Amino acid sequence: MDKVYPNIDEAVADIPDGASIAIGGFFTAGTPTPLIQALARHGAKNLTIICQQMGPGNDTITQLIVNKQVKKAICNYPFYRSASKGASSPFEQAVRADEIELEVYPMGTFIEKLRAGAAGIAGFYTSTGVGTTVELGKEKRAFGGREYLLELALKPDYAFVYSYRGDWMGNLTCRKTARNFNPEMAAAARVTIAAVENLVEPGKLDGDVVHVPGIYVQRVVKVERPSYYPTIE
Amino acid sequence: MGKATKIPRGLSRELMALRAAKELEDGTYVNLGIGIPTLVSDWIEGRDIVLQAEIGMLNTGPLATRENVDQDLINASCQPVTELPGACYFSSVESLAMIRGGYMDVAILGALQVSEKGDLAGWNNPERGFPEHIGNIGGSMDLAVGAKKVIVTMTHVTARGKPKILKECTYPLTARGVVKLVITDLAVIDVTPKGLLLMEIAPGLTAEEVQSLTEPKLMIAPDLKEIEL
Repeated sequence: MDKVYPNIDEAVADIPDGASIAIGGFFTAGTPTPLIQALARHGAKNLTIICQQMGPGNDTITQLIVNKQVKKAICNYPFYRSASKGASSPFEQAVRADEIELEVYPMGTFIEKLRAGAAGIAGFYTSTGVGTTVELGKEKRAFGGREYLLELALKPDYAFVYSYRGDWMGNLTCRKTARNFNPEMAAAARVTIAAVENLVEPGKLDGDVVHVPGIYVQRVVKVERPSYYPTIE
Repeated sequence: MGKATKIPRGLSRELMALRAAKELEDGTYVNLGIGIPTLVSDWIEGRDIVLQAEIGMLNTGPLATRENVDQDLINASCQPVTELPGACYFSSVESLAMIRGGYMDVAILGALQVSEKGDLAGWNNPERGFPEHIGNIGGSMDLAVGAKKVIVTMTHVTARGKPKILKECTYPLTARGVVKLVITDLAVIDVTPKGLLLMEIAPGLTAEEVQSLTEPKLMIAPDLKEIEL
């Protein structure tokens, strides 16, 4: 089963306006930068972007904002920590101007929503967020004397993920903390596109250390490692 | 607005981190939040304490130097870090599950406000002007709810001299009733079911001075002492 696309622009060509796209990566680590660049060239609009952040450590996401391709963002740490840096960020400006709708979840809820989406689970109860503004509009229920919030599954149309080493069949491995959200996003999406740094033939990966089983991955593209210095300042 | 309160000179950020490090027991798993808590890692070198980075790592080592930066190895503050022997990596879903599942012995977190009931407000500063339901939550709510013990390190008052230890938090909450100990530049305060207990004060300060910069009434520990470093 060869899932390799020779051209990265072809791999994103069918993404329609209005699609929801989960993008892996935690600030700079494990971000599928070449795929975000391809999406910016492709130009699909009215997108819902599901990503940890919307700019800090991730200039390529900012390009989608500048292009006015994003109508909604679902995040856990959307803004720059520094208020002054945030004030000049196109994403923060678009949220303040009500040009982009923003949903924010605690990090654990954010990724568990995707895991539930991947596993055919409709929703789950968590105590994170009880007694805070996170509980607004959500069912609250007590189990064993403790209160929990109902959070619903999230199933994106597409996922962009990054892999250090993967094979043609879509089996992927990640390196160190670059794994982060990539496996659950790959599993949750209907169509997962993997940017793979070291593309090998099936049999060359140790099956015991695969982080993303190939069944979750529909398209594979070979990319060069994006180079950056890890910082959000 | 009243005139600016004179803020006594207290512990530096580094010494607050040192005091917090003294709270940690050997053989524990610990998560350090952004800000002053991050500095705690400088004071536990060589100790039998495993640091978790919520991005998906156990046994995080000291910050990397320019020469040994690995762009695939960062902490939750996006700082390049190193790994210690016995380090292991996992996905963020597993990382947050171990936090929510109650496996983290201690979380040391920053805060904007703490209430006398142990409520914690740390993710959304209204001065930034966002609606009260959006801001940078990250892993703070998961840690506040999931860790067995939550220690807060923060300056005792705001830059304008206003108390940050309050009867009720006025900023959006991170979690209710979770803070067990508050370490500030001026004092160490235990959050007890009966209220706040002043345990230690910075050198040169009196309990009255600390009280004047704290909104709720403080109980004074019988063995009140200078902050031990």
